[in-house]
Formats: sequence, C-alpha cells, structure tokens
Amino acid sequence: MLRITGGTIYDPANGVDGVVRDVCIAAGKVVADVEGGRTIDATGTIVLPGGVDVHTHVAGGALNFARGLMPEKQRVARKFLRTADRRGGLGGLTPTTFATGYLYAGMGWTTVNEAAVPVLSAKHTHEELRDTPIVDKSCLLLLANNEILLDLLEAGEVERARDVVGWLLWAAKVYGVKAVNPGGVAAWKWGKNASVMHEPVEGYEKLTPAMIVSGLARLVDELGLPHPMHLHCNNLGNPGNVATTIETMQALEGRRAHLAHLQFHAYGGENWSTMRSGAAEIVEAFERHPNLTADAGAVLFGDAVTVTADGPWQHMLHQLTGHKWGNLDVENETGCGIVPYVYRDRHVVNAVQWAVGLELLLLTKDPWRMFLTTDHPNGGGFWRYPEIIQLLMDAEFRRAQVRRLPEAAQSRIVLGEIDREYSVYEVAIITAAGPARALGLTRKGHLGVGADADVAIYPSKPDADGRLFTYPRYVVKGGEIVVEEGEIRQVVDGREYVVRPAFDAAIEEYLRPVFQKLYTISFDNYAVEPERVRDAEIRDLPEPS
Amino acid sequence: MIRLVLREPLPVPLEAEVLSPDVMATLAHDAIRALPVFLGKHRRRVDDCFRVEGEKSDEVTIEGDASRVKWIGRGMSRGRLTIAGNAGMHLGAYMSGGAIEVSGDTGDWLGAEMSGGLIRVRGNAGGQVGAAYRGSPKGMTDGTIVIDGTAGLEVGMRMKRGTIAVGGQVRDFAGLQMLGGTIVLRAGAELRTGAWMMRGTIVSLEPIPMLPTFAPAAEYNPTFMRLVARHLSRLGHRVPAAEAEGAYLRYTGDAAVPGKGEILVWRPR
Repeated sequence: MLRITGGTIYDPANGVDGVVRDVCIAAGKVVADVEGGRTIDATGTIVLPGGVDVHTHVAGGALNFARGLMPEKQRVARKFLRTADRRGGLGGLTPTTFATGYLYAGMGWTTVNEAAVPVLSAKHTHEELRDTPIVDKSCLLLLANNEILLDLLEAGEVERARDVVGWLLWAAKVYGVKAVNPGGVAAWKWGKNASVMHEPVEGYEKLTPAMIVSGLARLVDELGLPHPMHLHCNNLGNPGNVATTIETMQALEGRRAHLAHLQFHAYGGENWSTMRSGAAEIVEAFERHPNLTADAGAVLFGDAVTVTADGPWQHMLHQLTGHKWGNLDVENETGCGIVPYVYRDRHVVNAVQWAVGLELLLLTKDPWRMFLTTDHPNGGGFWRYPEIIQLLMDAEFRRAQVRRLPEAAQSRIVLGEIDREYSVYEVAIITAAGPARALGLTRKGHLGVGADADVAIYPSKPDADGRLFTYPRYVVKGGEIVVEEGEIRQVVDGREYVVRPAFDAAIEEYLRPVFQKLYTISFDNYAVEPERVRDAEIRDLPEPS
Repeated sequence: MIRLVLREPLPVPLEAEVLSPDVMATLAHDAIRALPVFLGKHRRRVDDCFRVEGEKSDEVTIEGDASRVKWIGRGMSRGRLTIAGNAGMHLGAYMSGGAIEVSGDTGDWLGAEMSGGLIRVRGNAGGQVGAAYRGSPKGMTDGTIVIDGTAGLEVGMRMKRGTIAVGGQVRDFAGLQMLGGTIVLRAGAELRTGAWMMRGTIVSLEPIPMLPTFAPAAEYNPTFMRLVARHLSRLGHRVPAAEAEGAYLRYTGDAAVPGKGEILVWRPR
C-alpha cells in the first residue's frame, strides 16, 4: 500500500488539471483510499500517469540487425554496469533489452508499444520483450505486405482474409496490426516501390496501395481490435508526400487508423531543393478526419539510426547519404532496412524535418489525437523526449532555436510564427493519456480508481538545462516504487498485452498447404507458443461483426 | 620522469589505458600506483603489475615485455611515452598529440583512429596500423606513424589523413578503403594493395602486385614527394624524390569503387 501525498496531480483522462490531492495505491491499482503503508511526500512535485509510448522500436530482428551493423556506436554507448539487482547493458541508439527498460522507467515511461513485428521473427521479439524489464509492452504485426494476405485482397476474398489476419495475429501473439508502406515492400522484392496510391502494386493486377489500406483497416475493425490499424503511409520521406498522405486519409473512408510518425509524411515541395514543411496542410486534412490519431515522429539534431520495414525507402536513403545500408528480406511477409543517419542543424532538409515534427504537435489543436514520439530510433533516441517537451512548452526557447537554423530552412517552415505553449496538462495528454486511449489500454494513462498504479513524479521546476521530465523523483510501476530520487531502486517485470481474435479454426486447412509451398520453415514451427510470452494478458475479442 | 617496470611476464592480457602521460602528468606517486588496470577480467592496481618510480611528469617510460599490455597511450594528447621493449594491441589508439617511441614490436591496431601526434616503432607492427575500428567510417585523421620493421594486414585501412611509413614489407590490403593521407611502403607489399581506395596516396619503393582495377597514368616526380621525403628523413627513413635518381609510375584507382586514389611505384633510373 502506498499513498502519494501533497503532489500536484495532472490526470487529463479524468479532467484533473493541477489539483493537489493524494493518490492511493493498493495491490498495484489506484484506489480511493488506503490505511497505513508507505507514504511518499510529493510536496512541490507534479504527478502524472506513467508515460505510454505509442510507437517505438525496441525489440526484434530489425533492432538486432541495427546493433550488429553499427559496432562503432556500441563502443561509445553509455554503459550500464551490473549491480546486485540490475543487469548490465549498453545505452545508445539501440539500447540492449535490459537497458531499454531502465531508460524508459528512468524517464517516467511505463508502457511501450513495439511497432513492427513480422510473424517470422515474433519469437525473437517476444524473447527480447521478456528481457525488457519494468515497462509493460505490446507489439504490432506487420501485415500490409504479407503476400498470402495480399493475394486474398486481390481476389476479393474478404472473409477468408479476415480469418487469415485473425490466425496470424494469434500466431504471433501480438496486440494489433501495423501497415508499413502498403504494397511498397512487396514491390521492393521486384526492385520497385509503391508510392502512388491508386496504381496497382508490382506483381498484382488490380491491387493498389489504397485498396490494401482500406481493406486492412476494414479487417481490423471487423475483428474488433482495441488499437486501430497502425499505418506507416506510402511515400515516406519524399518531398511532396503531403499529397500521398492526404490520399491515404481519404482511402480510409472514415475507418479508424493511427498514422505513425506523421513528420516523415508531411513534406511539401517537388524535390530536395524545394522541400518545405507541409505540416499545416497535413494538420488541416487530419482535423477533417476525426477517425484518425497520429504520432509526431519528431526528429532531433544529432545521431539516429533509421530502422524500418520500408526497404525501398532505406535503399533510397542509402543512395542519398552514402551511409552504410543493411537490407533484410523477410520471406513473404515484409522487408527491413537499416541506415545510420545524422540530423544536422546546418542542413536545410534536416532543419525542415526538425521543424515539421514540432509543427505537427503545435498546430494540431486537439492533443488527444497527436502524440509525442521520435519513432525511436529513427528520429532520435526515446530518452530525448524531454528535449521535445521543452521545445513545446517554451515558445521563446523554440524561436531562439529556429533563429539558429539556415535562412533557407527558416523560409520553408512556420514554426517561428507559432506562439502556442504546451501546458503540463497537455504534456500529460500527448505522453500518456492520449496514447493509452488510442491503444485501447483502459487501465493505462490515467490515475482514476481502478487504473494500473503507474505514476511518474517529477520536480515542478525545470533542471539546469531548462527541462522538466528528464529525471523523475519517483516512478511507481504497478504499485512498486521502481525509481527513487532519480535512481532505479527496484526492478519489476512488465507484462505483455496480447489479443486473441475470433477466427474460424478451419483457416489452418487453407493456410497449411500455401505456407508449406512458400515458406522455408515448417508450418508447425511458425506460430509463437503461448508460454514463450511472459506474463501475457490476453484479451479475447468477440466474433467479427 | 615516470618509470614503470613490468614485474613479471603477464599470463593473460592486461588492459591499461591509464598508462598515458595525460593520466599520470598531475598524479603523485601513490596515486599512480593505485590507478586501475584489468588483468583479464580482474581489476588490479598499476603497482600489482609494475614497479613504479617517479611522479607528476608527462614523460613516461615502460620497461619489460609489455606485448600483452593493451591500450597503452590510449587517447593521449601530450607528452612522451617511451617503451623499452614490446607493446601490445591498440597502442596509441585515438591519440591526438604527443609522441610514442617503441624499441621493440607492437601488436595490431597501432595508432588506430589517431588524430595527431607521432608513433615511432623500431621493430615490427601488427595489422590495422592507423586503421578504422570495425564499423567506423574513418581511420586515422592526422599524425604520423613510422615503423622500421614489417607490418601486418590492412595497414591504413580507411585512413583519412596523416602519414604511415613502413620500412619492411607489409601484408595484404594495405590502404584498404583508404579515404586520404599517405602510406609509404619502403619494401613493398603483398597482395591487393589499395583495394577499394577512394582517395589518398600509396607510395611503394619496390614493385608490388597491382590489382587489375588500377590503371597506369603517368611517370613523373611529383613535387609533394619532396615534402614527404623531407618529413620522413627527419624520422630516419630515406625516400627518393630527386629526378636524377628515378621517377614514380602513377597508377589510379580503385576503379572498382570507383575511386580517385593513386599508387606511386618507384622506378630507379
């Protein structure tokens, strides 16, 4: 039992905006009142629900590939030495599993959503997530380039496609559906991309990216998944891709979707020399589509590594930068590319990218729909979130940063003209309450009675760098105090959220022969065994509507 | 002056990046003796392995067979490090200034990713002299490495600037993926010299097997060779540059990349 007393509470899901009151915790949940137990004196602090990262890459084959591709980054990464209750590891852009848990918790984040898992490497992903301590986890299955599924969509066999999606989700033991560059990664296997929404995908007669987007969003809705289709739009990273992104919004025909790392999909101009911010146009279209949520995918200047299933874009980025490039082919499911990258403040394109991420967060009026991410590690490490929050909360500081950008960049962005400053209440929405709601995690992101007792307690005054939220004074996870006075004191295990959709079990009779013909492994070795997922919290979904 | 004498031969490698003038220059005798080193996986004090004399100096001498001592002079920026005997791997890695003098042989990764200073080896060196560590985009970015004896594989791999001179023969892949700088091979090299080089100059005073992706371009006496010759003559290495003695045959490559590097092969008159 635990009582947090004297802190100023920000709990947007329950409309609590800066009220001094107690938070009581018993058996890992927030309760109305407790008798006895420990009391944390939180006087002079701000108390928020533990952060929820709606889009990050922290486990699985792609991350490991990135770790292996960049030994030079591992050498200089922050070292985590083993202690009596903590495991050793490395920080940096692709932190090792244990360090990932410590870094998230050490910043006050307690739930993370690993956004890209192919079935073929789902076992590996779950094993890494099992070794990622403290935080609760969910992960999303890459489906928009799964060739078995695309063949069914091409043939118009929607019901069978729905059963296949249901079967695959349960086989991978995941929480939701991710669509990366729909059709584009399948086309990449022919050396092509799919950047036009209404042109057939290479290798198909009729099937277009728009049909994949709408078809998959429909299946996700029919299966009743708590998180909408998580969509990485086509034509990522290219100047003028605003048009593609808006077409994608229209192609969804009002169905639910979460648009991931929208910053990378919000560029105007025609080519690299005319590239400018398209954030205002994107926000305008986004606000006309209340069916959508999004995360910013903001970039910060400095080192990053781009890790994505979007193989064709990664090849393009390798050619643009000359940096090293890794490419993986994941059989009939997806692909993967890795390119290390440095965002430079003297580089006009990078400066525009930096501004676009912040503009999206500042121009979107409703913070319940646009969340804070860096698409870790693509736009910068997740441990740099406090830097973005500082930029959102302080217009004067932000303008000073804008003035340091190259003039050519300043004329292509609107960031300098935005006066909005985020309040702590709004920060609590974009970091916790909003993402939790979008993920359909009803016990996360708030401090009402019955919520999971995930609480982050920060000093109310900024640190020497002017940042709030860098070093929480306390972090409580599931009712246990894991961070105290800015140090990890106790390590607990997190659980994993998994959905079990309702599907016709006979679909295996269809899948088995197709699979045995196309894959290099046996069908019986394909699915993840339930016992491989530690502390799974399985949500059974109703019969499809 | 600080004098360190190895007490007895080491059974396993010793990691000792504290053996550097930067670390020791301001330390009193007791503090130097207490500096941490790693013998295998065990943490030890400097005086567990070395007999220590002197204090507060940026002239450091190491005596004994230190061929199992790694990371000596790591990142040093000043002073003088003299090794009377052999040194182990990574000697002078990341160094930015000062001078290292070795009377015996050294291990691999001598002066890897160094950015300045001088390393002088009287004996033989291992492989990856002045090279980039695995994964790094570039190797040494400035400074000079002079080796009287032979050297191993991948000498100057991905080096960007600076000079490496080797008196004896070097093994395969000298100047691999070289990005700039100068490598002088006084006794030639084994195979695939200059493979994937983008820019930079490899000078060989002996004929060497040439990759098919290098094309002969000219026979001449480049002016800059006089500067290279003067620089190296001060360090005891004679390099011919005068027209009366001969000329350099210039090959360009590596066309496989394609690169704009050059290999100059000396032809005496």
